[in-house]
Amino acid sequence: MSAISREDLVHLAQLAHIEMSDAELDKMTGELGAIVNAIASVSEVASSDVPATSHPIPLTNVLREDVVGETLSIDEVLLNAPDSDSDRFKVPAILDGE
Amino acid sequence: MSNYTDELVDFDEALDRYDPVLGFEVHVELNTKTKMFSDAPNAFGDDPNTNVTPVDLGLPGVLPVVNKTAVEYSILIGLALNCQIAEKCGFARKNYFYPDTPKNFQTSQYDDPIAHDGWLDIELEDGEVFRVEIERAHMEEDAGKLTHMGGAAGRIQGADYSLVDYNRAGVPLVEIVTKPIVGAGKRAPELARAYVAAIREIVKNLGVSDAKMERGNVRCDANVSLMPKDAEKFGTRTETKNVNSLRAVEHAVRFEIERHAAVLDSGAKIVQETRHWHEDTRTTTSGRPKSDADDYRYFPEPDLVPIVTTAEWIDELRARLPEPPAERRKRLKAEWGYADKEFRDVVNAGVLDEIEQTVAAGASAAVARKWWMGEIARLAKAADKEIADLGVTPETIVELNSLIQGKKINDKIARQVLEFVLAGEGTPSEIVEKRSLAVVNDDDALGKAVDEAMAAMPDVVEKIKGGKMQAIGALMGPVMKATRGQADAGRVREIVMEKLGL
Repeated sequence: MSAISREDLVHLAQLAHIEMSDAELDKMTGELGAIVNAIASVSEVASSDVPATSHPIPLTNVLREDVVGETLSIDEVLLNAPDSDSDRFKVPAILDGE
Repeated sequence: MSNYTDELVDFDEALDRYDPVLGFEVHVELNTKTKMFSDAPNAFGDDPNTNVTPVDLGLPGVLPVVNKTAVEYSILIGLALNCQIAEKCGFARKNYFYPDTPKNFQTSQYDDPIAHDGWLDIELEDGEVFRVEIERAHMEEDAGKLTHMGGAAGRIQGADYSLVDYNRAGVPLVEIVTKPIVGAGKRAPELARAYVAAIREIVKNLGVSDAKMERGNVRCDANVSLMPKDAEKFGTRTETKNVNSLRAVEHAVRFEIERHAAVLDSGAKIVQETRHWHEDTRTTTSGRPKSDADDYRYFPEPDLVPIVTTAEWIDELRARLPEPPAERRKRLKAEWGYADKEFRDVVNAGVLDEIEQTVAAGASAAVARKWWMGEIARLAKAADKEIADLGVTPETIVELNSLIQGKKINDKIARQVLEFVLAGEGTPSEIVEKRSLAVVNDDDALGKAVDEAMAAMPDVVEKIKGGKMQAIGALMGPVMKATRGQADAGRVREIVMEKLGL
């Protein structure tokens, strides 16, 4: 059984503002489910005394001194912008943000 | 303008029937030189998108690296709030879709904040102390700044598009979250204000933030709910976002209490939602329902490794903590011997530092207060400046005072001298010399002036002879006039008495 329902996917698509057709939803529900199931197999190996990890190497405290470095030029900053206005990115008005 | 139509219940009436429960999320922008995860400058007011690196833009393949100073500042805040510091903590991605972050997530902390379980004693204006429990203080990053264009000026409603400046994206933030605050009753709005003021004062005192609310360095989200007097279960809360002045925090809490009470009285339910604060009308309006976009799908940030704090590191930071502002006030009040109201006025005028330095420079606490709360405050008001910006130094006050003590000048002349000092004419002594302002206390000159005054006012002289000593004051005017205000008033009094054989 898939761990991801169609409703889950509709919800995720909405959160990510991605428009998906019915056919895409059907296909992705199965595929995402398969991915989640595959990753879930990790829990079969890891017992409860193994702490969750988000990083493969046991490193801690990778810190940087508070020293200013190089910044990008305005041209570089805006290079990939779909639209811009003078020195700022131009985006469609989006209502649901804070 | 917000078109506000909700019913309200009178504040006192509302709190006769309901108990308010408060909660605050205060965001503090740290004043590190660089951002939280990139070495772009953390600076306010620069041209748009000039303080931006590939990390701040979330470009593919970039690797964020944590700013050590930001971590230390966060620990300092945690210690100042009497928190436990996590031995190990990490970062998480808070996913949301909005163009203020080009990454589509905010790097934050989720279930392992760097500081947790603290408290802060808040002193209200009448001296009552209220303990606020701190749930957590966690590290995160600020978002970019959107400017909405077209439609009504500056408002998202009706806007055609938005312009984005990412200079602020990635600026280090510490978010301080309280536990639910119960029992404040009718003092809830006052406590709200005092709490945010205390946080602002602490981070300023620590030197970890510029703490300017008008610049958004300290920002408050205020949670309010009401429950019937005898209830044990909290009511449904609303979260009023971005209440960014002390006055607004107080008003927003008061308003939400009045609004909640009206909704509950009518038998309806409070909708759990965010509210927008409107400074112009001092009201809130509905934002978005809380359940809607609250699915942030947090997960551990794979690009950052955990922070581990050793006891040595924390001890080292603890040693850097300055005296807490509340304790300092208590100490200074005792040292200076001011009355409650005197001290409160000094605090409200914001001249604690000035008085402390003036006392350290050699003046008595009473003299220091007289100057800073008197003439200097008056000059600042006249110049429409902050007292601190006027440029009066403690040394000037000490020198003026010793000139008065040495009877070289009187109070009135000293005030004039201060104005000449501020005009850049030199030190008080130099000015007294240059402008020949030293008081006249040579008895010949004073005696002559007194003789003339007495001759002109025989009725006054009779009164003095009859024992009405305060009548001497009537002679002072003419004597001062004759000596261009430079007579030593005490000496004049003595001469009058001598001449009358009293």
